[in-house]
Amino acid sequence: MTLDTEFMEYPMRRKGMDHDLYPAANLFEQPKITWPDGKKVALWVTVAAEFFPLTPNQDGFRAAGHMATPFPDYRTFTARDYGNRVAIYRLMDALAHAGVNVTAFANSAPINRTPALIDDIESAGWEIAALGTDMNAVHYGGMDVLAENKQIETCLSAWADRNVTPKGWMSPGRGQSDATLSLLKSAGIEWTADWGNDDMPYVMNDGPIAMPYTDEMEDRKCLTMLGQDENIWSEQIIGAADLLSNEAETYGGRVLHLALTPYIIGQPFRIKFLRDLLSRLMARNDIWSATGSQICSAWQNCADTGD
Amino acid sequence: MQDPKLYGHWPYRGRPKVTWPGGKKMAFWVAPNIEFYELHPPKNPHRSPWPRPNPDVVNYAYRDHGNRVGNWRLIEAMEKYSIPGTVSLSVAMCDHFPEMIEQVNGLGWEFFSHGAYNTRYTYGMDKQQERETLQHAIDTVKAATGQRVRGYLAPALTHSVHTIELLAELGFTYSCDLFQDDQPQPLNVPGNPLVSMPYSLEVNDHYAYNVFGQSPQQYTDVLKRQFDTLLEEGGTSGTVMCIPIHAYLVGRSHRMGPFDEILRYAEEHKDDIWITRAGDIADHYLANYYDEAKAHIAAGGGSDDT
Repeated sequence: MTLDTEFMEYPMRRKGMDHDLYPAANLFEQPKITWPDGKKVALWVTVAAEFFPLTPNQDGFRAAGHMATPFPDYRTFTARDYGNRVAIYRLMDALAHAGVNVTAFANSAPINRTPALIDDIESAGWEIAALGTDMNAVHYGGMDVLAENKQIETCLSAWADRNVTPKGWMSPGRGQSDATLSLLKSAGIEWTADWGNDDMPYVMNDGPIAMPYTDEMEDRKCLTMLGQDENIWSEQIIGAADLLSNEAETYGGRVLHLALTPYIIGQPFRIKFLRDLLSRLMARNDIWSATGSQICSAWQNCADTGD
Repeated sequence: MQDPKLYGHWPYRGRPKVTWPGGKKMAFWVAPNIEFYELHPPKNPHRSPWPRPNPDVVNYAYRDHGNRVGNWRLIEAMEKYSIPGTVSLSVAMCDHFPEMIEQVNGLGWEFFSHGAYNTRYTYGMDKQQERETLQHAIDTVKAATGQRVRGYLAPALTHSVHTIELLAELGFTYSCDLFQDDQPQPLNVPGNPLVSMPYSLEVNDHYAYNVFGQSPQQYTDVLKRQFDTLLEEGGTSGTVMCIPIHAYLVGRSHRMGPFDEILRYAEEHKDDIWITRAGDIADHYLANYYDEAKAHIAAGGGSDDT
């Protein structure tokens, strides 16, 4: 056996990253950020409002949570729909009760399919960030750029028809092609949540600002993929808040991202843990609860002035 | 092939006694994997580098978090307890993040080779290609740090049937690739002596967090129990405990606090344990126990002692 010579060569080996999407950086050498009222940790709570079509996409990859059995996967389809008709209302109550500012990552398909869901998200005062059209509309390497651009336009024009202009974007399943960042920037998107490689926002070379999505503390990852106990999930988030708050004293304000999935954390046997967690977080005096766009713009103001 | 015959069978009971410097019972080393995964790696015919088509943004960013955030937290914590790292290094890091390599080199950390990138697998290489990648790692780390690489952990734990003998041929003194023991031991290779160095899959943070789903506190508790048992058994004959970690896992904001605890725990036991680097363990073993162990294994491997 011999490997092709391509495998023995390293064309992108150089100082910094092996691509031109963003420069390499050290979190602990960034300008200090000051959040409103001098709070140490910006708490960014996001809720996913996802529509999973019964027939899943065949191209690229399948987003987490998508259909799993041979067609028709009624069990998954309805278990996901549970999130958008029942569980999300438990989250709305819990989040409103705790006084948390929220960003929803919402597919555009519900605008026409189930408009009441979007009405209620807006009435709750949540920021709406785009999540593509539905969970089939993934972005992936090798896809046709025109088709990809069309996918973005279809989503954003559906929101425009509803007089919503999302500033933030998350790609379904958080996948991207090599063109995604540049296409999103051209479409007017200000920040994205696809890149989970930092604990703070940072600037992309030709793309929207990267917000620090934290997949390691997602309810989906901890509770369903890893099967952790709900108390363990909550304790990890409190632990993160403590560490970030401590770091903020030396290095400036930090972001704690909490990603919530209604069909997971909004189950009757789990909602108590979310209520308890939110009340512990919101009782602290070092936390600033804010939407993605609020955090992004506060960060930009400091980063620009070198504050 | 039924058995690669990498080492002779050698029951844990009845082995010649090992004692670490200063009469210590357990050698303790920490192995931060400082890795680089490529956004657009070539596709190895035997293993796809990423689950999604390139660029697999989610999985790439997940690892990149270690180099932007986690490693810096980890370096600070290890420094706090004066615990040197023995780095499992994607040697391309010497080019991509020279400041990080320079900093830990200055702290007295050791580097061993973990391949060029963790997205370049050994599968499909011929013997000469594998020899070239090993030599390339030696040359890269020498130029960047002045250190002669002595140890190896194959990139993404991808091996060939030639890997172990090539290590001896190229003057490596230890391999972290094999998981059969809690003590060092001679490997069956022609030429230079080569020691199998206990690393661990079972207490590796990758298994703890992504396979077993442990919480940060559970992982620390697991490590403490591993520590206590190996320290106790080290009274019979010196043991080795390794904590193999990845900053993109253990350096997350929700995990660094509990991980700090196990470093403190080790530091509190410094009178009983030898807090050291893998290369120093290999050197001590080669100088004092290698020949005796080899003869003991050859003579029947302790099977007759019970």
